Amino acid sequence: MSPSYILRRLGTLLLVLFGVSILSFAIMPLVPGSPARVKLGITATPENVATLERQLGLDRPLTSQYFDWISGIVTRFDFGKSFITDKSITAEVARRLPATLQLAFIALLIGLVIALPAGIIAALRPGSKRDVSAMIFSQIGVSVPDFWMGILLIVFFAEYLQILPSSGFVPMSEGFLPWLRHIILPALTSGLISGAIMTRFVRSAMLEVLNQDYVRTARAKGLNERVVINKHALRNASISIATIVGLQMATLLSSVVVVEIIFAWPGLGSLALNSTLQRDYPMLQASVLLFATAFAVVNLLTDLSYALLDPSVEYA
Amino acid sequence: MALTAGKLELKQESRIAEFVRKALRHRLLMLGFSIIVVLAIVALLGRQLAPYDPNGMDFGARFAPPSFKHFFGTDEFGRDVFSRILYGAAVSFKVAFIAVAISASVGVFVGAVAGFYGSWLDELIMRFMDILFAFPAVLMAITVMAILGRGVGNAMIAIAIVYIPIFARVARGAVLSVRGREYVTAARALGQGNTTIIFKQILPNSLGPIIVQTSLSLAFAILAEAALSFFGLGTQPPDPSWGRMLSEGRSFLRQAWWMGVFPGLAIMVSVMGFNFFGDGLRDLLDPRMKKIQ
Repeated sequence: MSPSYILRRLGTLLLVLFGVSILSFAIMPLVPGSPARVKLGITATPENVATLERQLGLDRPLTSQYFDWISGIVTRFDFGKSFITDKSITAEVARRLPATLQLAFIALLIGLVIALPAGIIAALRPGSKRDVSAMIFSQIGVSVPDFWMGILLIVFFAEYLQILPSSGFVPMSEGFLPWLRHIILPALTSGLISGAIMTRFVRSAMLEVLNQDYVRTARAKGLNERVVINKHALRNASISIATIVGLQMATLLSSVVVVEIIFAWPGLGSLALNSTLQRDYPMLQASVLLFATAFAVVNLLTDLSYALLDPSVEYA
Repeated sequence: MALTAGKLELKQESRIAEFVRKALRHRLLMLGFSIIVVLAIVALLGRQLAPYDPNGMDFGARFAPPSFKHFFGTDEFGRDVFSRILYGAAVSFKVAFIAVAISASVGVFVGAVAGFYGSWLDELIMRFMDILFAFPAVLMAITVMAILGRGVGNAMIAIAIVYIPIFARVARGAVLSVRGREYVTAARALGQGNTTIIFKQILPNSLGPIIVQTSLSLAFAILAEAALSFFGLGTQPPDPSWGRMLSEGRSFLRQAWWMGVFPGLAIMVSVMGFNFFGDGLRDLLDPRMKKIQ
């Protein structure tokens, strides 16, 4: 992988981030009517609306509003103030970010714990009962709505068995066990679905490698099947699997939005929906910008890791 | 000349017949197709098939469990869950089909233009698609709804916008793979204009991946509509929609599990139908994929 390739990809990322920032900023100007009217309510007089517009700087040209907004974020990490609470958005985002990251990480971990063995076992004997079972699990997982999966898990574990809490978040600083009890159900919801999706890809990656000549040669040499799988097949399939993990991380961010809402998880996803329902546009702008930035960065890292892991592919 | 045209027609017919023969033998595809046909009938005839008025309240029959009188039980207002699910099929299908039709038309057009003309136009269009693609799907839909407001019509537009970049990428890839073929060069030599070449030569020959993507997108569109309605942004009360029913049933799961189970099953089965159909089509239209799957 040449430095010029990395630079070019970084350049594309910056371009995408610039576009993402414009679209995130555009939420407020695109809303029909004045955001000041939204904040003050329908009973506000036109004078009050005009005063607030001046205070918020909404009477200035859009370009200067955009540059003020984006320079505040880039130089001071300042997203402005919430329409509803009037509190700092940055503080709210900082409070919620760890919850989202923890949920996404544990969900990915659960997904991998399911997908790696299931995908590999399925690929070793295509068409066998194990393979068919893995594929049925995968098809069901792809088709189940995440919000329904969350509801079913709540009904079973929180209401029927009553062994896990149905909602809420406890930080790890308050004890590992309470933290774990609260994160299990939301992480399982996202993890089961992403595990189902990844099972399919892991199986494909392994099947592709197992059909290669060098695996046939390794078997022909009389090598133990375990060595063939671990040393020859799995190591080569890991390139594709790393890409899948990266792509899945990006998809997980989308799933996390839904899961956070179901489980009243105080993260950035539930912040985005609550901001929409309460018409708190500056808060929505911030959460959309952060999610999209994370999404774009993860996509870039996936691309770069693929180029780094696969020496047979030339990236000029 | 007439003989040549006749031969061509025969060849075309035999290709279609071969495709149908293969499709009939493909179990996954046929299973998906059967599910879609049943659901389409339900969506079209839901009003006639429903045993009760989906919005008709019967306070004497609140939270009635599944029985021969109410197959899927009743909700907190005594409304028949089975009738509401039949009605909900029409909403889900309407939103999914219109949203995917919009995103496919716009996405295929811009993707084809990008792939065909290349150079700066390709860069410009595809970088814009990259920007749209950078937003997680659900968040993008929620954001569009925040701007447009709640309601089924706006949900269609929101879902359509989310899927435009996917269609654009698929169409661009497909166009790039056929752009240099001899028949395109021949059409150009015959004096055909760019628009004619795109619509008459290139797009008909790039349809495989686009058809597959359409089927898979319908599955995702049903999920997205359900999610938006679940969050209170899509279908508005009292109209039944599967996502809305799940959201309403959520508070009563302890006393009426059926309110949360049957609408979810309806979503899952429909999504499975389109996924099976899409996967089956991919096997038939893109044999390379079958090898590695």
